[in-house]
Amino acid sequence: MSDPVISIRGLRKSYDDIEAVRGIDLDVQAGEVFAFLGPNGAGKTTTVEIMEGYRGRDAGEVTVLGEDPQHTDRAWRERIGIVLQSCRLDPYLTVRESLALYAGYYSAPRPIEETIALVGLEGKAEARASSLSGGQQRRLDVGMALIGDPELLFLDEPTTGFDPSARRQAWETIAGLRDLGKTIFLTTHYMDEAQRLADRVAIIVHGEVVARGTPEDLGDRDNRPATVSFRLPDGVAPGALPVELGAAVVGDGLGVSLSTATPVATLNALTGWAIERSLDLEGLEVRRPSLEDVYLSLTSEDV
Amino acid sequence: MSGPALVVHQFRFDQKAFWRNPASVFFTIAFPVILLLIFATVFGDQTVDVRGGVKTTVYYVPAIITLSVISATMQSLAMSLVIAREDGRLKRGRGTPMPPWVFIAGRVGNSIVVALMMLVLIAALGRLAYGVPVPWGRLPEIVLVLVMGAAAFCCIGIALTAAIPSQDAAAPIVNALLLPLYFLSGVFIPDDQLPSGVVHFADAFPIRHFFEAFFSAYVPADGGTSLEWGNIAVVAIWGVVGLLLAVRYFRWTPRGD
Repeated sequence: MSDPVISIRGLRKSYDDIEAVRGIDLDVQAGEVFAFLGPNGAGKTTTVEIMEGYRGRDAGEVTVLGEDPQHTDRAWRERIGIVLQSCRLDPYLTVRESLALYAGYYSAPRPIEETIALVGLEGKAEARASSLSGGQQRRLDVGMALIGDPELLFLDEPTTGFDPSARRQAWETIAGLRDLGKTIFLTTHYMDEAQRLADRVAIIVHGEVVARGTPEDLGDRDNRPATVSFRLPDGVAPGALPVELGAAVVGDGLGVSLSTATPVATLNALTGWAIERSLDLEGLEVRRPSLEDVYLSLTSEDV
Repeated sequence: MSGPALVVHQFRFDQKAFWRNPASVFFTIAFPVILLLIFATVFGDQTVDVRGGVKTTVYYVPAIITLSVISATMQSLAMSLVIAREDGRLKRGRGTPMPPWVFIAGRVGNSIVVALMMLVLIAALGRLAYGVPVPWGRLPEIVLVLVMGAAAFCCIGIALTAAIPSQDAAAPIVNALLLPLYFLSGVFIPDDQLPSGVVHFADAFPIRHFFEAFFSAYVPADGGTSLEWGNIAVVAIWGVVGLLLAVRYFRWTPRGD
């Protein structure tokens, strides 16, 4: 395998007496979308801004595109694109002008019209930034980060504060970047965002990585108990359920949840029992733990 | 792009943004014009007891050009840079290959060009509306003093951003510094009506010295010099101090970042 695009070993950073980053190791390979997932204040932005060269560090090794971000030059900046967590646009420049201004900073920029299309702002090229919606402004942010045709793109919480449709559009834009072969380092506190976009995820809590893997196998999701849930008809108490279900009854009242390591056997026993008695089990479903369940259990264990 | 070409590139977009911003156009362009019209209307037929007595309008044309230069440089830069800093736009720019000095040079260039436009506008208005002669023969001295003062007030304005914590604080802080000094330095009220103690106080600050230097270039005393090097030196020293403070304390990231 070729050298990783980002390599971090033992990264530490404190502000006054608060240790924001406490010994992080990370590797990001070329062409992958890597999500750094964690609650607010977990140290995501500190870590990403150290990689971007905005902040120094107290300890550890950081290599981004073969260089230490603390000692970089214009040539290195040509190869990265940055979308900051919060940054407004010049309200008096249009979409095309904002991109043209930034294109001038790079030696080999992407074509402006192509970039406008890439971030889905074709109809808005002549609109001033101040007249764009929040989601459109964020897509222009992404366009300005892409105008230099970077190999590596940092996206710090690209959809925070968006309504669901704006988030979906931003996701489509970001997913489209993967097809360009860019390496993307994404921070987010939305589990569904990481699940939707990332090839690999690291969960950071209180400055430490507590889990890492693909969204599918993160936190050993396959081996965590599944949940079978349904509603019992009137007049049937949970106590009437057969013992051989082999699962813990979690719910009470009419809604019942069974936590089981063997969902197939549990379901077989349950449905057999119900058919024998001609009972209908409304809302019957089997659910594997979602990334959100894993995330919540990982982040709450720490509290 | 090479460094100078990149400065021109940056300047072009700064110009676009400047002319589309209603606040910058009003305070930098329209406000000085309104002031000149008011002063000329209210005090128009009086004389000011300087240079052996000059018409009020002859006094106010260079006074308002002085104000326009400070407004286009120190005031406009301090406010627009704080807004861009707190927006995160300066930080974003630092994440690109653009050298930081290019950005500053573009903004300073924008300010100096606007200051020169104001020289033309106010001098033309003075000539056409009030018959104040345009001193064509001293144009090199006038432009020299103006550009030197503009550069110095740019440095002071950039340094001042370090003392302005937020976008909301920018206008009050800048105006609290400038407005009293315009009064005390003879820009709003002619010198001959100011107590000497007030003028001595104003002498501690660069506005008074810039006004004196510019007034001397525009309306020199009979047989006097049009280049008052003493005043010019004081303005230059303020500019250099501003530059040093700016290099040391200017920040590219929002407060609390």
